[in-house]
Amino acid sequence: MITAARNYLVFLRRCARVAFVGDWRYYSWMGVLTVIILLGLNAYAKQFAHGLIVTGMSDEVSWGVYIANFTFLVGVAAAAVMMVIPVYIYDNEELHDLVIFGELLAVAAIIMCLMFVTVDLGRPDRFWHLIPGLGQMNFPASMLSWDVIVLNGYLLLNVHICGYLLYCRYQNRKPTKWFYIPFVFSAIIWAVSIHTVTAFLYVGLGGRPFWNASIVGPRFLASAFTAGPAIIILALQIIRSTTHYRITDKALLTLRGIVQVSMIINVFLLVCEVFKEFYSGNLHVASAKYLFLGLHGHHALVPWIWSAITFNLIAMVLLVLPVSRGLRYLNVACVLSIVGIWIEKGMGLVIPGFIPTPLGAIVEYTPSLNETLVCFGIWAFGLLCYTIFLRMSVPILQGRLSKANEGISEPGPNDIVAETSVTSHS
Amino acid sequence: MPAPAPHDPLTAPDAGVTRRSFLRTSAVLATGLAAVAASLKPLFEMEDITSAQQFMQKYYKELTPEDMAKVLQRIEGEVEKEYGVRPHVRDLRPMDGVEFVYALNLSRCIGCRKCVHACVAENNQSRSPEIQYIRVLKMPHGTFDLEKGDHNYASEQVPEKGFFYMPVQCQQCHNPPCVKVCPVNATWQETDGITVIDYNWCIGCRYCEAACPYWARRFNFTKPSIPAERLNPNMSYLGNRPRSQGVMEKCHFCVQRTRAGRYPACLEVCPTGSRKFGNILDPNSEISQILRTKRVFMQLKEDIGTNPRFFYYFDV
Repeated sequence: MITAARNYLVFLRRCARVAFVGDWRYYSWMGVLTVIILLGLNAYAKQFAHGLIVTGMSDEVSWGVYIANFTFLVGVAAAAVMMVIPVYIYDNEELHDLVIFGELLAVAAIIMCLMFVTVDLGRPDRFWHLIPGLGQMNFPASMLSWDVIVLNGYLLLNVHICGYLLYCRYQNRKPTKWFYIPFVFSAIIWAVSIHTVTAFLYVGLGGRPFWNASIVGPRFLASAFTAGPAIIILALQIIRSTTHYRITDKALLTLRGIVQVSMIINVFLLVCEVFKEFYSGNLHVASAKYLFLGLHGHHALVPWIWSAITFNLIAMVLLVLPVSRGLRYLNVACVLSIVGIWIEKGMGLVIPGFIPTPLGAIVEYTPSLNETLVCFGIWAFGLLCYTIFLRMSVPILQGRLSKANEGISEPGPNDIVAETSVTSHS
Repeated sequence: MPAPAPHDPLTAPDAGVTRRSFLRTSAVLATGLAAVAASLKPLFEMEDITSAQQFMQKYYKELTPEDMAKVLQRIEGEVEKEYGVRPHVRDLRPMDGVEFVYALNLSRCIGCRKCVHACVAENNQSRSPEIQYIRVLKMPHGTFDLEKGDHNYASEQVPEKGFFYMPVQCQQCHNPPCVKVCPVNATWQETDGITVIDYNWCIGCRYCEAACPYWARRFNFTKPSIPAERLNPNMSYLGNRPRSQGVMEKCHFCVQRTRAGRYPACLEVCPTGSRKFGNILDPNSEISQILRTKRVFMQLKEDIGTNPRFFYYFDV
């Protein structure tokens, strides 16, 4: 027992050390992220001291970019499942060694989600009021309490799966099936649940007709399964070029298939929504009108939503055409989908729900500089986490950081290229 | 350039602490800590820092009478320290056999907004930034589309021809969406029908504000400011005691008055007698009589199923 604990501590220590070692590109990337994180921390300190008045939010538009980013990132986290399903249900060979990168992305995304919710709180010091046992959790009535449970549960599931598999690989032993397979399958269902619950957060509000529509849930999933795998496609290519980890084009094209179908469904659901809002012509169309056309001379979101729709349509066309079998066009399509869905699901969903207010007033919202800096800080922190996860896991998966070489050498900044160029040729 | 770096202190296996690696690590650590400290500097600008007792305070419904007595005393001390006025803070509970209902006569209301300001004065709302619980809509004749209402009318004289006026405040719903969505039970409906907030329990997520179909909830985006000489010292825990930064507040039918047998401030100040309030469980109360005999026009947004305890009616 004690030996096991000691072995595990050695493993953690070696992983931690690896995170601080890299070549100049690694240091400059991490340096830039750290600077942005500190700027964000500074902005958050201001908000903590003076209150949410330093944001662009108001009693009229009481949620803004924090919740918008949160919503988008829940989708990114859920999308890891789109790698897990092919591997564990359809035994896809190409993605087999890559699925962990998707799960690690989910971990980083959930960390960002939790941070975005926390910075949105007026009283973050009272977070313990949410903890069952210590505080009061309004479960099952409040969708927010469901969200707290599913997000934290999803985080734990993925941390366990990634941590366990990596530690086994480190020790060069076969993972015990019952110790991770049940969790993998729970995580599949759980991934769907985190995004469904997040959608229900909005759908459940009878006083907000723009959100109170059953299509919001399915649209959330469709857009998540577009943007998430698109991010993974880009991330895998970055991993490939910086570490020479074996990632085949075929694996990327498998993901392309997923992005392709999801984007078509996403655009189809958008058409359904727009039709329902505008054709019937009842008074509840006000929010949609504000979003797509502008309302009574207010049209802050109009250029955004039309850019999003344009991006999504171009991405869809590219994804359907054979040109996106080439990585260059595939990457363009991925970037367009990510940006398009970020706008559409973040600003395009959260803000118009508040405009006009339930009493018919129109007050517009623009994020303040301070608010924007906090967002950048959280994104930088998420990227920093993901980079560290990759920095630790890639050498483990390549067998360069293992129990066998404890005390002999640790992968230094320079032998990454040296060793991996050998493995990639083999 | 795959040159090996055998002397790199960070990669050499368990090389022990060399002088150079020690200096380097300390320098990195010191710079890091200094940078974090510098970025946290705005925290010193904080005006009121949560005390240990405030932080540890239990949920309203879990406080024993002794706990509550201590809490009330502490709050009186806090208010006195801040405003120089010793308030009287009580924890008034709902009375047995009482359910409050409000009715507003749309034929009489002239849109003078006296209720809005009486409410602010009575309930110690922040004057800067301004928080008001009552919003009066100036509606053109012939429509009930709220989007056509004017929230910011600044008429020289009211009422103006061709308009009617509709004040909206918390509707004290039978099925309050705000209560349903609150993740920490910081807001709930009491037996007399009033939906209240424990300002010491609210985490400020503003989900209730998104859920309310009547735009009746307000958030303290910063520390509220009230001139000391305007402070109303007659306070109650769930009612008009001063709120802190980062929590929600809303109309509570003036619990500090109504649970002590008085009318709400908005009713008392109304020059036209448009506002009526009372116990619906008492068949002889004025409010029961109005709902029985007048043309009760409606509950606002009846289709949402919130079933308000606030009625709009016409004189006939």
